[in-house]
Amino acid sequence: MTPFVYARADSLGDTIAAGAAPDSAFLAGGTELLNWLRLGITEPTRIIDISRLDGLDQVEALPGGGLTIGALMHLNDVALHALVVRDYPVLSQAILNAASPQLRNLATIGGNLLQKTRCAYFRAEEQLPCNKRQLGSGCSALHGINDNHAIFGWTEDCVATQPSDPAVALAALDAVIVTAHRSGGRRIPAAEFHLLPDTRPEADNVLQQGELITAIELPAPAPRSAYLKVRERESYEYAIVSAAAVLEMDGQTIRRAALALGSVALRPWRLSAAEEQLAGAEIGDREALSTAIEQSFAQARPLSQNAYKIELAKTAALRAIEKAARMSS
Amino acid sequence: MNFHDRHLLRLRVNGEDHSLSDLDPRVTLLDLLRERLHLTGTKKGCNFGECGACTVHLDGRRVNACMILAVSCEGREVTTIEGLADGDALHPVQQAFIDHDGFQCGFCTPGQVMSAAALIEEGHTGSDAEIREWMSGNLCRCSAYPQIVEAVRAAAGRASQ
Repeated sequence: MTPFVYARADSLGDTIAAGAAPDSAFLAGGTELLNWLRLGITEPTRIIDISRLDGLDQVEALPGGGLTIGALMHLNDVALHALVVRDYPVLSQAILNAASPQLRNLATIGGNLLQKTRCAYFRAEEQLPCNKRQLGSGCSALHGINDNHAIFGWTEDCVATQPSDPAVALAALDAVIVTAHRSGGRRIPAAEFHLLPDTRPEADNVLQQGELITAIELPAPAPRSAYLKVRERESYEYAIVSAAAVLEMDGQTIRRAALALGSVALRPWRLSAAEEQLAGAEIGDREALSTAIEQSFAQARPLSQNAYKIELAKTAALRAIEKAARMSS
Repeated sequence: MNFHDRHLLRLRVNGEDHSLSDLDPRVTLLDLLRERLHLTGTKKGCNFGECGACTVHLDGRRVNACMILAVSCEGREVTTIEGLADGDALHPVQQAFIDHDGFQCGFCTPGQVMSAAALIEEGHTGSDAEIREWMSGNLCRCSAYPQIVEAVRAAAGRASQ
């Protein structure tokens, strides 16, 4: 690690004032930041420890339905919170499928969204061509080992994927990411938080320097929702593909569906065309469900080694819908 | 906000208060335990949060010591494998690992034991599958997993399922 100075923040105002200075980084759970520091992915000169900021580590019911989750809540605490388990199973399941129990005791729900890609070229200890590491250096994965890379939204500049599980659930839930910044905070739709590589391949998300996630807001309860993660090991592994499904049902008929795929693009990938066609479909009619899902795969583009992910993603979406329908409302 | 490149750190480790001066903020809790406090029971495996060999309890919760800056632990309480036994009486999880042969080379064992002790407190011992899932953050390259599950089950006082 390159040298840095450290300070512990005790007020939100001081935090966003100090964070606005270039080369400053916020430290919450640390489970990503410490690895970035070790690999030289980021080299901040000032670390602002926000882990003891007051009031950012609880769940509160919103007037009119919905929940607000403080950004500093640890992942396990969010996933096991009674209201999250009951009303947002897709989020609880996504979190419990992420990382390991000990990491989930450290990592925070706000910090989780700031994960960078797991692309091995990006994370290499010896720096390799990678536009996310050094803009203009190229993409080693484009014609290299790309069996677990993107099938949607990639460009020749970057074919990586975003690895967060909770982000996929939040995208399907139409959650809102609330931020604070010296020049005013924002409310960002979860599905628009991460950036595709088409404009600035070096950037991961829309946050500005010094902008701090303070909360995640969940809309009305989604008891019929589920998360499905497909991976090479049964536990403690990143996804090859994951799928989040949020359903509203009338008996066996889907009234409204929201679907998001994970690990297929640099952001959780909403299947909007499929969602439209799923409205009115019977849950037992697999052919109708598959036909609807197919609508969202017209834009899927495989790389040299990952065509299998297209089939896998379709099947994961189908299974996630069926899993969500089985959740009791 | 007062930024410093050297810090005074006070924390309690295994029931003993420590005051450590001149601490570089880059030092992890893992390196502090091993290099400054000479508590080498906590192992440094991957140093990337992937293997779980460095698992300790921080304010009673199991965490990866390699993923924590020591300076951020001001005022906190750490328990390592050295602090788990009650004098000469081994912790039930330690005894269960011996009784069930829950290790071969032993390198991952301190992390496994710390993780298992916390897991039992958390109540994630309802079935062997649940034990496996909630122990998944601790890798064992000797692959003693079946015996580890037996040890955890025994320490939790549950019959085989």
